[in-house]
Parts: sequence; structure tokens; C-alpha cells
Amino acid sequence: MPVTIATPKEKWTGRVREVTLGATAAEGGTRRQKVVVGGEGTLPFLHFEAPAPHRPVIAVEVQDRYPADWSPLLLEAWGDVLESPTAWAAKAEALGADLIALSLKSASPEGGNTGSAEAQATVRAVLEAVGLPLIVYGPGQAEKDNEVLVAAAEAAKGERIALGNCEDKNYRTIVAAALAHGQLVIARTPIDVNLAKQLNILIGDMRLDPDRILMDPTTGALGYGLEYTYSVMERLRLAALTGDSMTQMPMICTVGEEAWRAKEAKVNTGVPAAWGDWHERSVLWEVLTATTLIEAGADIVVLRHPESVAHVRQAIDRLMAG
Amino acid sequence: MALSGLEIYKLLPRTNCKKCGYPTCLAFAMKLAAKQAELSACPDVSAETQAKLEAASAPPIRLITVAAGDRKVDVGNETVLFRHEKTFFHQPGLFVRVRDTQSTAEVQSLAKEVAGYNVERVGMPLAADGLAIENASGQAGPFAEAVAAAHAAGNLPLILISENPANMKAALEKASGTRPLVYAATEANWKEMAAAAHAAKAPLAVRGTGDLSALATLAESVKGAGVEDIVLDPGESSLPATLSALTQLRRLALKQNLRAVGYPTIVFAGEGAESPVAEAIAAAQAIAKYAGFIVLDHWAASEVYPLLTLRQNIFTDPQKPIQVSPGIYEINNPKPESPLLVTTNFSLTYFSVAGEVEGAGMPGWLLVCDAEGMSVLTAWAAGKFDAERIAKAVKTTGIGDKISHKKLVLPGAVATLSGELEEELPGWEIRVGPREAIDIPAYLKVWK
Repeated sequence: MPVTIATPKEKWTGRVREVTLGATAAEGGTRRQKVVVGGEGTLPFLHFEAPAPHRPVIAVEVQDRYPADWSPLLLEAWGDVLESPTAWAAKAEALGADLIALSLKSASPEGGNTGSAEAQATVRAVLEAVGLPLIVYGPGQAEKDNEVLVAAAEAAKGERIALGNCEDKNYRTIVAAALAHGQLVIARTPIDVNLAKQLNILIGDMRLDPDRILMDPTTGALGYGLEYTYSVMERLRLAALTGDSMTQMPMICTVGEEAWRAKEAKVNTGVPAAWGDWHERSVLWEVLTATTLIEAGADIVVLRHPESVAHVRQAIDRLMAG
Repeated sequence: MALSGLEIYKLLPRTNCKKCGYPTCLAFAMKLAAKQAELSACPDVSAETQAKLEAASAPPIRLITVAAGDRKVDVGNETVLFRHEKTFFHQPGLFVRVRDTQSTAEVQSLAKEVAGYNVERVGMPLAADGLAIENASGQAGPFAEAVAAAHAAGNLPLILISENPANMKAALEKASGTRPLVYAATEANWKEMAAAAHAAKAPLAVRGTGDLSALATLAESVKGAGVEDIVLDPGESSLPATLSALTQLRRLALKQNLRAVGYPTIVFAGEGAESPVAEAIAAAQAIAKYAGFIVLDHWAASEVYPLLTLRQNIFTDPQKPIQVSPGIYEINNPKPESPLLVTTNFSLTYFSVAGEVEGAGMPGWLLVCDAEGMSVLTAWAAGKFDAERIAKAVKTTGIGDKISHKKLVLPGAVATLSGELEEELPGWEIRVGPREAIDIPAYLKVWK
């Protein structure tokens, strides 16, 4: 007896916002191209339900000082360019990055304690060295984040850069800087749907255009809490698609940082033989963290290893086709 | 799909005879709906009602078992589209493909490797599940030989791949005593293939060509031929097409209770993948998005270990977080003078703290308290992480004998416990560490 199946489509009432990173000369910036993320009207890559207007993109992490604490595999893969943020960013651009995620690590109190002048110089130099839109991260310590991110926002006026991270303890300062200089913010909350919504509301209360907010739900790497991030992202995306406007911001995941922190990626001494070849395992650790989160709704993944960039790009190509 | 109490009530005799032990038929129906009573308690129920209720209580996605020796792969019985809605119950079986054109020695060595692969993660064993043997030669002899060789070498659960029913019968004979998956029935061969699977009492995969109506029709045909245990292959090979097909099948089974597609699925991750990494990406998608069986074409620990880790992550019950065993954890080979930090046994908490200490490159002792798998603040609020429990952990683990100092670092979030803990642990200096794990490296740098 023949069975006839009608394609089971969901009727989604909401849609993810489109957020534009970078500004070209025509828009008052100097970027060679801008990058638009978001706009999804269905769950990731369900092309039978709605077309995906923009592909997920890859940001490559660049630091403003030699990342001595990185895995030797990363140090080897990048080589000499790690000494110079401009050379590093240029190489990342050549490797096919869509965005540069510049991390101002040298501003951390333990790592050089540089200030706003150095931050401005680095941001200007990197903007000059590449044509890609920029994300700028502070060192991850609230006071110093405020200092260098405000400086970065000013130095990059008109470039529509994204400032990270904007958290509940410092959002006022970061949002004010974004408002003053026309930048975006990355609203980061610790793996929780309600906290993510709440921070978006607080930022909205300061009158920052919702089209200037990216959400970072906090990334757990493969084996280190990935499932928490995965499910929170699925819940956020489902909420967005069912019309909750405070969850409709595109999502960004700091995959490289988290994946390369995992023991499986970082070291190869005293580990079980069943973990397999170090290099292959490490790259796959980063790649699978990235693709799994992309399939949960990530619009931007920040990566570290050049090979991961190539593999994830290929996966995105395949997911977007058809 | 389960019936509501009222729907069940309409099927009952509605005599309120009380023979079932409940005052009214409605009360009994409510208990049935809540699965707190058995229909057999009603002596007057009609055969028709019995059949209806049984059908309604059957799981929307059938449980399928493939087994050999003491190994068993159960897939199916899933009830949700998203793991946060409840949980995913049966993790997909991970199989590795060999072809009968490979030498017997090759088949045997792969079987042994797959069977011998075992690694522990968060206290749980991770292993691959079985072999998929493909009849690439197109002949019965080599196929049967390869199956016999794999069976002898590893006694792993098997997937037998051939479109030729006669060859399949020859292979099934060699696999007797096990319960392999027969792959696959198609438009062209389903009658013979169903007969072969039925005779061997083995589950049968049906393969479509992208059209779900045709796939469902094929599944119904096979079922009509007496095969109840069915696995679906929608016949897609691209990443997004497989994702769409498996999503649609899961929706149809769960939301529309469409029995014709109420079966687990199979995905060939290596098909169309240009590299082992591309294969791993396809397998990862299949793990998160609804596959029952996943067949790989590469066998490499560096690929299998990340996939098994992902499978463990995705199939963790969100309501029952994984715990780590309480006790002392040594990080970066600590010495007696290294710092001692205390935290709870919620796996994510443990991993955050251990990861930061490890990432800092500083040796340290981590005392993990039994807080019933809760994070620091949750456990503190629930009274599962208090001074008494911490003091008990210090005493029972004997950590005091391993270190040359008596300094204990508390998580910053429970700084309030320090006074009480000093009373519980006379002679110890209680220090308050950072609130967030991420600040641990900086804290350890200044720890003396």
C-alpha cells in the first residue's frame, strides 16, 4: 500500500536579525568588504523549510603578543607571524578568514599590562594590514577590558567593529563606546538562555540598535561541556524562530580558545594510545566543536588552527549547497 | 502517540463496575494514561480496545537491536527532536566498513582493532560498536568468507551490505548465532531480501533514493512480508540533504506518529567525503541529528576518539549531569608544596577547574567533594557543599598527608564558608580563591 508523505514543515514566526560587521569606503569605513551574518528563518541548514540568506563565517584569532601559552602545534602551524599581529592577521586573511578576531592579550595585568595607547596603535595597524572586518577582544579582565575596548572603539571609528566581551559587569561602558563610535557589541553570558535574554534587554535599554548585538552563549569544547552550549544554542534559536525578539541576535562561539584548552588538543605526553595521532586529533577537536555548534546555530566561529579554518570552510560550503 | 485519559475513557466499557479497583472508569482511564495502572485490571474490556491501546502505547520509533556475542547495539525508542526537551536515549552505533575484496588478514586485523578499542572518559568506557562488511566483489563466496573471518576474529555486531539476496543468504549463514543488520532492501530486491532477513530473524534496512514517500512505501512492503525490525536509509549523501531527510523522518515519527517511518536510520558518513576529516564532520552531524547507525570508512583512533566523545556529550541526559568521582585529583604532577584547591563533583565544574589549573601549567592538588553532582553555588544552596562535607573530604582522602602545608583554597563563590571550615579543620588555613575558574591561573601565580 503506497504511503504518501507531505513534507513536514514547521511554520516559524520569527527570524534571526541580520548583523553587518565592517564598513566599506561607501559606508564610511575602510574595509574591502563587509560581512553580514544572521537572517535565518529556520533551524540550521533545513533548506526545505527556508533558504539560509547568509553563510556562517569564520573569524581567525590573532593576538597582540606572542602566544607563548599556546599548544606547540599552533605555534608550529603559524610560525614567525605570531610575533606580529599585522603579519598574523595578513596570513589569516590569506588563509581564507572572513573576519579577524584581534585579542588584546598584552593588556592583561599579568601579560604586559599595556594600555589604551598600545591598543589603539595595534587596532589601527591591523585595520591597515587587512581588508577584513574586525572583532576586538579585551584581555578578559573587566577593568582592562573597559580601558582597551573603549580605546579600540575610538581608534576604529566608522569601521563597524565588534567589541568583546560585553558582560553583565561591564556592559554599560562597552555599550557606551559602541554607541559613541558606531561599533557592535558581543554580549556574552554563561550558558544560560535567560541570562542571554536579560543582557540583550539591558543593552537594548541603553538604546543600542539590536542590529548591533551579537550573542556569545559561552562555548564548551568537545568533551568539556559542549552539550550545554549545544542545547542552550538550540533553545535560543528555537526561541528566536518562535518570535522572542530578545533572542534573535546572531550567535558567535569562541571555539578555538576552548578547543585548544582541552587536554586532548594541548598536550601529547602521558595520554592514552587510544587518543590517536596528536595533530589529527587536535585539529579534529577544534573542527568538530565548530561544526557541531554551527549546526546548533552558530553564525560566527572563532578558530585558531589554519587547517581547522580550511576544514570548517569546506563543511560550511557543503552545508550551504543544496 | 500516547492517548489522553479522556480518549482512553471513551474506549472503556463505562460501566463504573469498580472491578478494576478504581471507583469509576474515568478514574481508571486517568491512571492508565499516567501509566500507573494496567489495562488487564479491567475484565470487560473489548479486544478492539485492547488492540487500540496497545498500538497507541507502542514507541513512535521502534527499538532495533543488532548483536553478537556479549555486545549489543540498541537504537531507536527516541521521543524528542531536541535533547533539552527530555534526553536522547540510545546513542547511534558506530560501525567501520570493510569490503570483501580486502584480504582475510586485513578483515581480521581490522575486526580485532575495532573489537579491542576501549578508552575511558569521565569514568565511562568508550568503544566502537561493530563492522559493516560490504559485498564489493558481487560474489557470494568472498562475502561469506569475509563475514566468517570477521566473526571469528572479533565477534562484533555486523552490518551486512549487499543488494544480492543470494549472497546475503550465504553471508547470513556465516553470521548465524548473531543478530546482524541486513542492508539493504530496495525497490528491486525487497521481496527476496525480506525473505532472507525474515528467515534469519535479522533486522532489515530499506534504502530509498531521496523520496520519503517511496521509502515509507518500501518499509510498509517489507513489513507486510513479515519483517518487523526495520532501519531506514533515505539514500542521501550530501550533508544538508541527509540532515533534512533525517529531521523530516524524526518529525514524521514523533509529531505525526507515522508508523511507516517509525524506525531508526542509518548514515554512511564516508560516502562522498573527500577526507577523513570530512567523514568525521558527517559522522558528527549524524550523531547530533538523528542517526541510529553510522558507518565510517576510516579507522583511526584520532578520528574515532573525538566522535565517541561527541556521542557521549550529546547523549548525556540533561537532567542527570555526569559526575566525576569524589577524591583527590593530581594535576601537572603536584609536589607536597603545591597548592590545594577544593571544588564539587559536577563534571562541568570539575572540568572547568581542572582545565584552568592544567592550562596554567602549574602543579596542583584538586580535592573533589561529593556534592551529588551539583555545581558550587547550586550545591552550596542545597546544603550539599558545606564546611562539614568539605572537612569530611579532607579527612577521608588523607590529603593532609600528601602535602607539606595546611592551606586549602575555597571557591570564591562560597567564601562565606571559610570561618566555619576553619572551625571544622583546626590547624588549617582556609583561603578564598577566585569566583570564576578562568581567574585561577592568575591566582595560582601569586599563591604562596
